[in-house]
Amino acid sequence: MQLTLWSYEGPPHIGAMRVAASMEGVHLLLHAPQGDTYADLLFTMIARDAQRPPVSYTSFQARELGSDTAELVTGMIQETYARFKPRVLMVGETCTAELIQDQPGTLAQGMGLTVPVLSLELPAYTRKENWGANETFYQLVRGLLKSQVPAPDSEPRARPPGQRPKANLLGASALGFRCRDDVVEVTRLLDSVGVDVNVVAPLGASPEDLMRIPEADFNICMYPEVADQSCLWLERMFAQPTVKTVPIGIGATRDFLQEVGRIAKIDIDTTQDPIWSRMPWYSRSVDSTYLTGKRVFIFADATHALAAARIAVEELGFTLVGLGTYSREFARDVREAAKRYGVEALITDDYLEVEAKVAELHPELMLGTQMERHIAKRLGVACAVISAPVHVQDFPARYAPQMGFEGANVIFDTWVHPLMMGLEEHLITMFREDFEFHDSATPSHLGSSATVGGRSTSRPEQPGEDAVPTDETSMAWASEAEQELRKIPFFVRGKARRNTERFAQERGIQTITVETLYDAKAHFGR
Amino acid sequence: MSIVDTSSLRARLDDHTMPSVNREQGQRQVFCGLAGIVWLHRKIQDAFFLIVGSRTCAHLMQSAAGVMIFAEPRFATAILQERDLAGMADCNQELDRVAAEVLERRPDIKMLFLVGSCPSEVIKLDLAKAAERLSETYQDRVRVLDYSASGLETTFTQGEDACLKSLVPVMPELPDGERSLLVLGTLPDVVEDQFKRLFAELGIGPVHFLPPRHATEFPPVGSGTSVLLAQPFVGETLRALYKRGATLLSAPYPLGIEGTLAWLRAAADAWGVSADQVESVTAPAIARAKLGLERQRASLAGKRISFLPDSQLEIPIARFLARECGMELVEVATPFLDRQLMASELALLPPDVRLTEGQDVEHQLDRVRQDRPDITVCGLGLANPLEAEGLRTKWSIELVFTPIHGFDQAADLAELFARPLVRGALLKV
Repeated sequence: MQLTLWSYEGPPHIGAMRVAASMEGVHLLLHAPQGDTYADLLFTMIARDAQRPPVSYTSFQARELGSDTAELVTGMIQETYARFKPRVLMVGETCTAELIQDQPGTLAQGMGLTVPVLSLELPAYTRKENWGANETFYQLVRGLLKSQVPAPDSEPRARPPGQRPKANLLGASALGFRCRDDVVEVTRLLDSVGVDVNVVAPLGASPEDLMRIPEADFNICMYPEVADQSCLWLERMFAQPTVKTVPIGIGATRDFLQEVGRIAKIDIDTTQDPIWSRMPWYSRSVDSTYLTGKRVFIFADATHALAAARIAVEELGFTLVGLGTYSREFARDVREAAKRYGVEALITDDYLEVEAKVAELHPELMLGTQMERHIAKRLGVACAVISAPVHVQDFPARYAPQMGFEGANVIFDTWVHPLMMGLEEHLITMFREDFEFHDSATPSHLGSSATVGGRSTSRPEQPGEDAVPTDETSMAWASEAEQELRKIPFFVRGKARRNTERFAQERGIQTITVETLYDAKAHFGR
Repeated sequence: MSIVDTSSLRARLDDHTMPSVNREQGQRQVFCGLAGIVWLHRKIQDAFFLIVGSRTCAHLMQSAAGVMIFAEPRFATAILQERDLAGMADCNQELDRVAAEVLERRPDIKMLFLVGSCPSEVIKLDLAKAAERLSETYQDRVRVLDYSASGLETTFTQGEDACLKSLVPVMPELPDGERSLLVLGTLPDVVEDQFKRLFAELGIGPVHFLPPRHATEFPPVGSGTSVLLAQPFVGETLRALYKRGATLLSAPYPLGIEGTLAWLRAAADAWGVSADQVESVTAPAIARAKLGLERQRASLAGKRISFLPDSQLEIPIARFLARECGMELVEVATPFLDRQLMASELALLPPDVRLTEGQDVEHQLDRVRQDRPDITVCGLGLANPLEAEGLRTKWSIELVFTPIHGFDQAADLAELFARPLVRGALLKV
């Protein structure tokens, strides 16, 4: 058993629902007890979908367990098929149905329906949501395309001369982070270098669209969490190469275009920079100097965590103090990246562990999921959301991609906005003893009740970040030293306190004086 | 508006002019009993709810109620994993370990509920035994109880019933010869306090509430206990209280002016409080409520409403909207109909109302599309899709999260239904 307060991913059938809800003409039937229908609201309330997800549930109850739940399944399949007339029917089960072993998929396949019936295996006690999405998408692609697989020794299809190369965009899905806008942005990006999009899937695709996947020259794996298995299979069966660079950030977008060029055999360098980003100049602009060395902690799905780390370090000049992911499937990639950046990787799906790490490292900016937004709020750290799981406000009305050049603009605004602006930071440092420039003064652009780097103006229950538990050996502070500590900007004060105490402890100093404080400052100085 | 008097009500009950009920079965679009934890953990402030279930249970809890504003909630899930199911781990040992982890993090907790789920029911995990064992371990510090809120057995608000029923055996004995009034079903503190004041002015007492605000304040129960139901979904708890000698004061539910007055009268009659006294005590609150309702009535009168089955509050609220707000009931569906507990309410519904018990969501939606009511009460999963079809909706979950009982909330209850209509009329986009 695992104690869970909040979870980063739902069970695997939620992943299957995300694929079904992304598509048109596909229906998912879930053998599930009443109550499991809650998941519909993720789509209608968080993503604000105007339609119910194309999912039906058998809603079995205790009284049916003794009798024939299998009959309930076949009845429901018949009804669902007649009502929704799907062109592909997927059948799966949720955690409870898995235990009673009715084999709904096999039952459905034996019913002689005239459309393809896909039986999904979604092991609820070992796997999670992204795995479920990845597996479901793979089963769909494989199921619909296996009859088209060319003989092993046949010549790969050559692109007719004069025809623009075609790519499939794979992995965008319902409830994914900014997928809707990323698809538009990547399509524009590809068009600018002369590449057409053949199929986007699963988001917005029909079963017929999936059947056209082999017509493309290559695949773009936009979100490996959902599409890497499918891309690998297409590579093996249809000799379609995969573009693996995820174009989030300026550097990654450029690398992405280079990789596209290499795979499509087109010359990218002669193409004029048709899409242009303000981000590099904004980052170089002198007002951004204050961003230098801001301590940032990143925890997200693997795709967004990796991309964010590179942007933070190379494009904004932050200092990465922690990098982690809940996507265990991609733990290796994140570990390698963490090693490159000289930090320890945090691979966990335990929200409490992430919280403890953030409290320990006390970053100035937290880049994470909806969950980290709460951690950051509790600990008084500025925060921006960069990955699923998401909240309704992470489905903005405006165009807000993460990928491509426009994505870089959006990221610059989103990450920099929650921070105290440079000039204001200077002013507070300069006037910190002025009664109007107390610690809890919020930046003017964040409004009166906002949390700033971030204290809210009313947090009576919060002891303040300098009271963050400092472990059992609490040191004695001389009152002058305590006074001096208060003059240090609040967002680094906790760190200063801990460093000073560690410094004193290591040297057997009993009482921390002003001297000790400055000795420690010199010792740990950036 | 007509204020009911008990004699005419009784006449109708004898008359059997009850609306007939259509039963439906099929896909249910409703939460399981676990959702009740969302309000129960706010009510009993020193209790912790530990769900023994799957990742689905944990996901439901965080998605369904949008409760993530509470950074560290007083509920959690012990997620069953492959090794628990395969017998590689001893579930009881695992549960002890997880419970210890919870109680270590939260030394302020006085009561721990082990909450059963669909998977824990199917694998027949004996939570009663576990609760007993843990109660011994944490003797004097934490009381450990268990109940099942699995979707196999409970529909949404029935989870509260199961929870409250588990409290009945630990309630102290009311000494022989003493009497007390027990109000059953979770009410927001603000409403509870209003009722306390009214009962005090009426000279009715002592009054206790179940659930209590603190796990250390269990109300006594015995043959002198008269029970008033604040919520319609607590039938199992009531039956457990009967076994301890309590009796029920039959009344409509305290929703709207009419329901609240009849509810208070039931207690007043039992305590021998005169009709004049009831009138003089309630008059100011009723006058305020009438004033507030009048404004909402303007938006609601003549409008047509359909209820999809969800919280079991459908029938009393439909009664209020029809009789006090002038709305026309197109269909009133409830997941589960306890005829005994609804008798006083059914008697007040129009005899020809279309009443449905149970659910087949697709057929119900077909009827909604055909009826095109002015407003449909439904769950969160259905609201936006219906709005997109041009139908105004009201989320049923708001009815269990918002203070709606009593005189001073009558206008607020009406406003919940008026707001979507007002908004619909306002928007030009």
